[in-house]
Amino acid sequence: MGSTSSTLLKIPNVEVLMQETGFSPAHIIRLHDRFKALDKKGRGHLCPQDFGAIKELAMNPIGDRIIGAFFSPGKETVDFHTFVKILAHFRPVDKNRPKEPNSPEPINSRSNKLRFAFQLYDQDKDGKISRDELLKVLRAMLGMQVTEEQLESIADRTIQEADLDRDDAISFEEFRKVSPEILHSRCFIKAPVIMLMERDC
Amino acid sequence: MRGLSLLLFITVVSDATTDLYVTAASLPPELGVSAAPAVTSPVASRYIPEEYGHPGIALARSAEEPAAPSEEDGESSHHHGGGFKIVQWEWSYVQTPYIIASWLLVASVAKILFHFSQRFTTAVPESCMLILLGLVLGAVVLIASNKQPYQLDPGLFFLFLLPTIVGDAGYFMPARLFFDNLGAILMYAVVGTLWNAFCTGFCLYGVKMAGAIDEKVNAGLMDFLLFGALISAVDPVAVIAVFEEVHVNETLFIIVFGESLVNDAVTVVLYKVYISFVEVGPGNVHTADYFKGIASFLVVSIGGTLVGLIFAVILAFVTRFTKKVRIIEPLFVFLLVYLAYLTAELCSLSAILSMTFCGIGCNKYVEANISQKSRTTVKYTMKTLASIAETIIFIFLGISAVDKSKWAWDTGLVVSTLIFILVFRAMGVVGQTWFLNWFRLVPLDKIDQVVMSYGGLRGAVAFALVVLLDKEQVKAKDYFVATTIVVVFFTVMFQGLTIKPLVKWLKVPRSTNRKPTINEEIHERAFDHILTAVEDIAGLNGYHHWRDKWEQFDKNYLSKLLLRKSVYHKSELWEAYQKINIRDAISVIDQGGNVLTSARLSLPSMASRTSFPEVTNVTNYLRENGSGVCLDLQVIDTVPGAKIEEELETHHVLAGNLYKPRRRYQSHYSRHFMTVGEKERQDREVFQRNMRNRLESFKSTRYKRHKKDRSQKKRKGSDAKEQDTNDKPRRNVSWQDKDPAVVPVASEEDKHDPSEPDKDDDVGITFVARKAPETPKERPKSGEKNLPWKSGMGSLPPCVSVEATKIIPIDLQQAWNQSISSLESLASPPAPPEPQHPRVSTLSRLGGPLRTPAKGKSSGSAGSGSNTGSPSSGQFKFPTGKEEEEEGALSQQQHEMQPLMSSLRPPPPPPPPPAAQSAGKRRNPCVYLRSLVTMPPSGAEPQSRRPTQL
Repeated sequence: MGSTSSTLLKIPNVEVLMQETGFSPAHIIRLHDRFKALDKKGRGHLCPQDFGAIKELAMNPIGDRIIGAFFSPGKETVDFHTFVKILAHFRPVDKNRPKEPNSPEPINSRSNKLRFAFQLYDQDKDGKISRDELLKVLRAMLGMQVTEEQLESIADRTIQEADLDRDDAISFEEFRKVSPEILHSRCFIKAPVIMLMERDC
Repeated sequence: MRGLSLLLFITVVSDATTDLYVTAASLPPELGVSAAPAVTSPVASRYIPEEYGHPGIALARSAEEPAAPSEEDGESSHHHGGGFKIVQWEWSYVQTPYIIASWLLVASVAKILFHFSQRFTTAVPESCMLILLGLVLGAVVLIASNKQPYQLDPGLFFLFLLPTIVGDAGYFMPARLFFDNLGAILMYAVVGTLWNAFCTGFCLYGVKMAGAIDEKVNAGLMDFLLFGALISAVDPVAVIAVFEEVHVNETLFIIVFGESLVNDAVTVVLYKVYISFVEVGPGNVHTADYFKGIASFLVVSIGGTLVGLIFAVILAFVTRFTKKVRIIEPLFVFLLVYLAYLTAELCSLSAILSMTFCGIGCNKYVEANISQKSRTTVKYTMKTLASIAETIIFIFLGISAVDKSKWAWDTGLVVSTLIFILVFRAMGVVGQTWFLNWFRLVPLDKIDQVVMSYGGLRGAVAFALVVLLDKEQVKAKDYFVATTIVVVFFTVMFQGLTIKPLVKWLKVPRSTNRKPTINEEIHERAFDHILTAVEDIAGLNGYHHWRDKWEQFDKNYLSKLLLRKSVYHKSELWEAYQKINIRDAISVIDQGGNVLTSARLSLPSMASRTSFPEVTNVTNYLRENGSGVCLDLQVIDTVPGAKIEEELETHHVLAGNLYKPRRRYQSHYSRHFMTVGEKERQDREVFQRNMRNRLESFKSTRYKRHKKDRSQKKRKGSDAKEQDTNDKPRRNVSWQDKDPAVVPVASEEDKHDPSEPDKDDDVGITFVARKAPETPKERPKSGEKNLPWKSGMGSLPPCVSVEATKIIPIDLQQAWNQSISSLESLASPPAPPEPQHPRVSTLSRLGGPLRTPAKGKSSGSAGSGSNTGSPSSGQFKFPTGKEEEEEGALSQQQHEMQPLMSSLRPPPPPPPPPAAQSAGKRRNPCVYLRSLVTMPPSGAEPQSRRPTQL
């Protein structure tokens, strides 16, 4: 236990962090260890190469986008705070969280999770998934067998399906509307990745 | 109307049943036995001795029934000597099979009747109806004969009825889902059942001590524990019957269902242990015996599992060599799976476990080895048998409940048992779930727990076990029988009836049958990828880590041993898909390469498809569609109406081609296990792309080159290895394996072709930054690869890329003309979707996205140029014929395509290949195969289109 608190002490602003993200101290320590492991050069922050060193991530068709999501525009590094905050998106939605009307929406709320996913599509951050953006994602995610035209018709179809205001792009609202079904029935967003860590701790 | 026909039935059945029992009575025993070859012989013989005492009653009674010719036929054998008869009534001869057939008929017609009213069947589960029917039948027979002719016979049940159901369940078990939830299933099955058994047993004993159970129930602690053991197990038959109609979500279903299968081992062991304890008398049980009981549990369950796995290996191995005897392939499957059951039973191991694991284990390999037709046969036969067995079991249950002489009622016992099993089930589920939720990725919430508690249905297994009890040793057997019947009826009827409204009311997430929309499909994958990536970033490894290990082992050893050589390198669906892709791609390219919108592409080869019988469509649909939990016995019946074709198509394009996330928690499981080979390929493909991408953006040229070289070396190494293993002529066998590594390189190379600048900008993120310095370095390599046939081609039109040439090893000039002619129509923006014949769209599902459009096009092509059809079909024929010659690898698929191909053959012979080309011909098939596989259509497409642009 002593080591726990001493590790925690090394992390600046740990209290704030825990409050913002809802992670337990064990989580934070675990994540901190991971952060240090990734940060091979010990600079205290991660850069894209550090993420690139994760072998499995290279197998992920949209791995690069996800890495990208850790870096706010124009920044080349991510510090521990941001790292944890991003990961906090993937905590399961806690049902029992006391509802305080004034408190800001927790990071791991459903809509924040959706927003995270949304911004992976919306790379130019204009609040809309355009056809091109969708095409790029599709191209990344689909196997090599699909032709460009197939891709395009899929993209068209997708947009057509979701596009309520007929602007040929998917806004976040539209995105949210087409997604709940999945969330509900398959609940991947709910999948509490971080839960796993509890076991390891 | 329905009532009338039902009544009719009942009379028919009662006739049949009385017949059985009359003839059984009046027959000389040896004849009766010899005439009873198989199934019902236990039943028949069982009642022979009982009836033998009163043949008079039987005969008299049968005389009352005008329809029953039993009197004469019963006597016929005796009259035989009396003189020559023109027509003889040989009832005794056909009796047993006749009765079996009548039973099946009754059961099947009963099913039809139930399904007359949609509203009725949605409210009342079939199992309830069957039990009710059984009750009525039993009552009729009982009233008619004063003696109940049938009871659910344990021998019949355990040797014939149960295996069919378990076999079906095991073979079509969604293995991925099962193993994903294995922890929970084992927990509920072992701990839960033990808990239920002990608690129920002890508490009943307590109640007895307290005096709430009548004194007449002469049972001690051991008896109650025994009873607790047999009454506590959730029954697979009942669970399947009820849950398949409720359509709860997959996870919930697999947990309850898996539990019901696995807990058999626990029940059987407990049952046997207690029986032996009861036999020796509770006083003589030593401490060592308890340990023996535990050991016995381990031996029975693990032994059963092992037996099953051994048979799975044997079965898979055997099907490796059935290429020449396709017809008996399904037979092997049934025989060996059944033998697994019998063998386990023989060694008094857990037969259910054995069969389940045999089914789970062999499925993947067997499905890959046997032909598509055999697959269909296996599937239909298993489903049919299981459905029949289930029907019979429930009818029997109803019938056997009627005979009051077999049981004795005690309200105290019945009521307290009911209460205990409900309460302890609920407590057990809640407690275990609480514990499990610490570990589960997707916790089971309260609603799930309610459904699980409520879904603890008892059924025929418990009943068979209780009937098996020896009345000498278990004095209270009659009371137990009555209680078991009540419990079974209560759980199946009452809980079965109410679980659907309950599920609705609680808003339990259901499994959705409707096709997910494209958006969901895409976003779902995206989310999966995201989660995977986040896990990787957070550095977690658990269950999936070991799964990967297993898959490695499977790939390296097991599959090598158990799969045909030809199948080993390609997963079966993938193979079929490829083949179709190839064929279509050929035609597409023949026609100018332009026809590929996802919606329609028209291939002459597809036309003949429409003439396929309807059945094929349904099967294909099922095959494509069977990705969900497919234990539904009714699944065969669900033929969807024509839906929005385009959506479906797009769905299939997506489903077939989206990269599968490496870890999927909520996998929707594919019965055909096509993922292994694909995964490998996909990982490499993605890896390749990503690495390339990253290398560029992540600076450091030196680093980049180093890495690149390494990967290249690796690639070369693997190439070399492959060449070692497969000698040269066979290269086409491994084509699909070779590829992913080469793919991106080659395609990118081609795209980089200086002659094609204009396509660049829509190539996409991964391809955008391609100014890699190593490109030139690599080029010679790929050029070298291509050179042999390139030179064989003679002079190529400068604008046709290497890839395209590879694919069109025919007279280029001709292809050229065609493409130009077809361009006219294609130059205009993609035509609006035309309505497609529903059947075409159904057909298209067989082959995945590419084939769909086929039909529309074929008609179109006929219009566009009379020339178009013939070369393409000639083209098509050429490689396949070659294939067969060179290696039987693909012949399996071809075998099935036979009708198709034969219809294609007649058309005009292919244009004589140029002399230069004929030299290269030998290699061509593999060349073009490989190139098709390796070359992403996205790459091919712009090239073949180039003429247009020029």
